[in-house]
Amino acid sequence: MNRIVSFPHLGNYSVVFDYFLSNALKCNVIVPPATTKKTIELGSKYSPDFVCVPFKYNLGNYIEALNKGANVLIQGGGGCRYGYYAELQEKILHDLGYDFEFYNLIVDNHISLKKGYKFCKKINPKTNIFKCGYYLINSLFMIFYIDKIERYIRKNMGFEVNKGEFEKLEVEYLSSFYKRDGLGKIIRNYFKYKKKFKSILIRKDDNHLRVMLVGELYSLIDFNTSYNTERKLIKMGVEVYRETDLTYLLIGKKLRLRRMIKKSKNYIKYNLGADASLSVFNSLKAAKEKYDGIIHMKSFGCIPEINAINIMKRISNEYGIPLMELSFDAEDNEVGIDTRLEAFYDMIEER
Amino acid sequence: MKRKVRIGIPRALLYYRRNIFWKSFFEEIGANVVLSPITNRDIIERGKKYSVDESCLPSKIYLGHISYLVDKCDYILIPRVSNYGRKKRVCMKFYGLLDNVSNMYPEVKILSYNIDYLKGHFDFLEMVKLGLKINKNIVRVIWAYFSSKRKEKRHRISLINEQINVLKSNKLKILIVAHPYVIYDEYLGKDIVNYLKEMEVQILYSDRLSRKEAISYSSDFSKTLYWLYAKENIGSVFYYKEAIDGIIFLSSFPCGIDSLVNELAIRKINNIPSINIILDETNALAGLHTRLESFIDIIKARRENE
Repeated sequence: MNRIVSFPHLGNYSVVFDYFLSNALKCNVIVPPATTKKTIELGSKYSPDFVCVPFKYNLGNYIEALNKGANVLIQGGGGCRYGYYAELQEKILHDLGYDFEFYNLIVDNHISLKKGYKFCKKINPKTNIFKCGYYLINSLFMIFYIDKIERYIRKNMGFEVNKGEFEKLEVEYLSSFYKRDGLGKIIRNYFKYKKKFKSILIRKDDNHLRVMLVGELYSLIDFNTSYNTERKLIKMGVEVYRETDLTYLLIGKKLRLRRMIKKSKNYIKYNLGADASLSVFNSLKAAKEKYDGIIHMKSFGCIPEINAINIMKRISNEYGIPLMELSFDAEDNEVGIDTRLEAFYDMIEER
Repeated sequence: MKRKVRIGIPRALLYYRRNIFWKSFFEEIGANVVLSPITNRDIIERGKKYSVDESCLPSKIYLGHISYLVDKCDYILIPRVSNYGRKKRVCMKFYGLLDNVSNMYPEVKILSYNIDYLKGHFDFLEMVKLGLKINKNIVRVIWAYFSSKRKEKRHRISLINEQINVLKSNKLKILIVAHPYVIYDEYLGKDIVNYLKEMEVQILYSDRLSRKEAISYSSDFSKTLYWLYAKENIGSVFYYKEAIDGIIFLSSFPCGIDSLVNELAIRKINNIPSINIILDETNALAGLHTRLESFIDIIKARRENE
């Protein structure tokens, strides 16, 4: 059987997953069609009632990929409830009558390299551990470089002189990774584009607005879930900071979690689970460094972030920094969120 | 004479698992235990006021109990539970209970212990550390730990034996799959239990069997499941598979774990009639009774056909 592999979307990172699968495993890959309103409708139709939104988006992506001809699906998210998605998603899709293989890379709520390697071996028996390792490192570099540029974009895009330049270059930058390159070329590619990004004209005032984005990882990374809230905010002319991205998840979390809890010890004593400790730490940082506001984004019913909300409210009260809660669900309407965002912007601008 | 320390224990969440142990342990080391009252309307209103809208109903009730206890005792006992080893994690709300309460009432003194087997925080060590804060005599604390543990075990065995007797009866038998803090709570589950008893149905509880056995049975259901409490619940379904006539999946809105596990269980178990009941704050009894009645009618008809 000719295997065609597919995976759910996660923000801009589908480039990386595609790169790894098609190079290390030399298999056919279908990137699921870009997430739209229809995807989420499909997903929520077959999902349980009060499961969190990433489940519905993932399921919608799977169904659209299967319709396009994929027959191998991968699920590799973990951390909270996410770790148990795979089994239910597989069952739901089987009940719908699709024929496919499903690979779950999660063991005990964490992604397991051993299971991942077994999956690689199964898809392509010719591959070996060195090849997989090499491309894994390349992929990590790609994620790292994408995040670095994204951070620069979030800081500066609101102040560009010619509107739209950043977004145009970003599309070009992301698609440049589609070339099947080695490590050296990836690094050179990054520096080439870094120079291009730096050469874009920006005009920043001294007292521009700065906003910290904190919250649940999926809602923050995947711009569809949050109805592009981040970009809308940037385009209003705000410098946006956000630390939650894949670089943090894969590398930063293990190194920094302990120190983060220690630094915010007036508020938390233990890890709150998933990325909630980071939310608390970052809101404290924003409060101390006199940012103009905090926006907390999460999907409906996200338990770790619910743990963090009361603590963040206390920080917001004590330091007098505005805090907005955004909770995304499949049935949200975009207009309502836009209105709240505009009201928030007007409020922090007046302060 | 020195006044005894009063330790408040909220009657919610983990209380329904560890109540015998906690009560005996603290009394052995020379403290008074103050229990919050049975959940009532007032406590729920208080809990709703203090908690986030989206958090699940049992944790709202928990905060209600805490707010009742705040000015009635010296310390409040709030454990922080993360995991009991590999593939034995618990719901994330237990991670943050302590920090939530300590931020809500900064002036309240909290007794807490941290259970995190993967990082070396074991039950015994943590309880002894906690005990030493109240009683400086380490021998007494250790003795209190083991004697309370024995009492808890005896209590568990009596519950399990009770359930075995229920199994022998010839009446209609229904298994209720629910977390202990849902089914034993006066406000949430009691009504359903009473109604079923009126209908002359024998009730089996999902937590009244040997926990080890339940966990081993849960691998029939799923190999990747990593929540301890969900494993125990689901294990009971497979343990009693042959003996029961129907299953009631009881969960509270919006329980994160149950939303996934119960859905999968309903999809996987085809030969036993089952019903999924989700409890919310409104507590609309009339609709619930109708659903239960028709469910029991179906089971009865099915049994007569056989």
